[in-house]
Amino acid sequence: MTISRKDIEKVAVLARIRVDEEQVSALEKDLGNILDLVDQLGAADTDAVEPMAHPLDAVQRLRADEVTESNQRESFQAIAPSTENGLYLVPRVIE
Amino acid sequence: MHNKSVAELSRELESGQVSSVELTQQLLDRINQEDGKYNSFITVTDEQALADARAADEQRAAGNATPWTGVPFAHKDIFCTNGVRTTCGSKMLANFVPPYDATVTANFRSAGAVCLGKTNMDEFAMGSSTESSYFGATTNPWGLSQSEKRVPGGSSGGSAAAVAARLVPAATATDTGGSIRQPAALCGVTGLKPTYGRVSRYGMIAFASSLDQGGAMARTAEDNALMLNVMAGFDPKDSTSIDREVPDYTATLNEPLKGLKIGLPKEYFSDQLSPAMEQQVRDAVKEYEKLGATVKEVSLPNAKLAIAAYYVIAPAEASANLSRFDGVRYGYRCEDPKDLMDLYTRTRAEGFGAEVKRRILVGTYALSAGYFDAYYLKAQKVRRLIQQDFINAFKEVDVLMSPTTPSPAFIQGEKTNDPVTMYLEDVFTIAINLAGIPAMSVPAGFVDGLPVGLQMIGDYFSEARLLNAAHKFQQVTDWHQREPQ
Repeated sequence: MTISRKDIEKVAVLARIRVDEEQVSALEKDLGNILDLVDQLGAADTDAVEPMAHPLDAVQRLRADEVTESNQRESFQAIAPSTENGLYLVPRVIE
Repeated sequence: MHNKSVAELSRELESGQVSSVELTQQLLDRINQEDGKYNSFITVTDEQALADARAADEQRAAGNATPWTGVPFAHKDIFCTNGVRTTCGSKMLANFVPPYDATVTANFRSAGAVCLGKTNMDEFAMGSSTESSYFGATTNPWGLSQSEKRVPGGSSGGSAAAVAARLVPAATATDTGGSIRQPAALCGVTGLKPTYGRVSRYGMIAFASSLDQGGAMARTAEDNALMLNVMAGFDPKDSTSIDREVPDYTATLNEPLKGLKIGLPKEYFSDQLSPAMEQQVRDAVKEYEKLGATVKEVSLPNAKLAIAAYYVIAPAEASANLSRFDGVRYGYRCEDPKDLMDLYTRTRAEGFGAEVKRRILVGTYALSAGYFDAYYLKAQKVRRLIQQDFINAFKEVDVLMSPTTPSPAFIQGEKTNDPVTMYLEDVFTIAINLAGIPAMSVPAGFVDGLPVGLQMIGDYFSEARLLNAAHKFQQVTDWHQREPQ
């Protein structure tokens, strides 16, 4: 399975990772090699097999709908790159 | 003092032969003098450690000691430590000081253990050589006299090197595809990856959530048992944690091995394995026969698909887990973002290293529209086939034994330019994570002056049996006591 330059550009946007023009060919090769490796999966007969999400087939536990956490906004925001009045700051989204 | 095990140090602290402050100061001095050669630590917490040691000595004096009270150790820098920088080997988290403890961290803290610092690792635990750390590569303490330096394995290479170099008697580690067992093998120490769900993942920075498992690294199986006693247990904060009783893992270490049924998976004694390595592993199995075990060949017919399934599932889960690093709430943020998209894409391009980006891109591709069934769903089906092989094998035998790695520690830089070659390093370890079963690596000899690891694989929740088998082996061999020169 080969992966095209266009695929890489698309995946980079989906993954929110900037990929510079000069990195694309190296990624084409590396990702192509990784996809060649995983293409071995095609050889396995899995028609009657259930996908496995958890080794012990455990399911999500539910808990009572009660408040258990205290508000730690200040200590959480102390490590944020940029905050103001208890809000996280990002570049302007709406003009 | 630096050669003593956790069990020995615990006894000496108890009898008052040494105080935790003395012990902690000695090991801190040793780290500060020696670690320049290895770079096994990212952060050394001198002041905090000495304060914790003083508190531990007071606890002992007051008669409130656990076996761990005052015993020094280190955490892999993937476990969040309240107030102490936790980097996961990444520029993205180079200045991240968590406001909370991982459950594993909290457990060691309440047992009174003294953390000396945070050990180096491949960035976000993605790697098999501890060369992808933003904080520089770790060097294997073995092979230093040779012309070229060797990797310690990875991703828990800092923990393995620190334990091998006698900087700490024990260190925590994590294993997603072999990241405890492979570095333990390459550095000649004993490591345990428990059953998936046995140790809480809360506060352990996530890579591939359905595979990640915290575990132990130390020089002896007995110390691994002491570590698991502290680490294992149900945690409501981890939604995949298993609610099941935790035995005292030290209580059964000396059970006789007579009648133990050992299976040798023929797929793990293939031509990928060097003859010299194979000889060491077969000699180790012979020791077990002397201890009363019986040996037969078994087959894991789908094991050959493990690497392929892993390199879909792990990157797919990583791409989802690592989407949280967006430059908004914590961690690295690029300079002067011009809009929100620029903030995200440049923060992530600058904050992540090459291997992490490769895996996020592969995972994003495998999960993207039109490819999900062909990749992720297919890999999850193959995962069940691999699990079924192990279930069938454990109907016939109690424990499987194999080499941990196909060859001993490789030379630094040898595999960094070819990701797929690096991935093949985990050919004997990855299937175990996919199945979610426990496994250990135990020192079992040397090839060309470099350590060889024996991998022991058990059925779900058979950690006590594995530790017992490893401990008995260490009573009749001294590979685990050899010290790098």
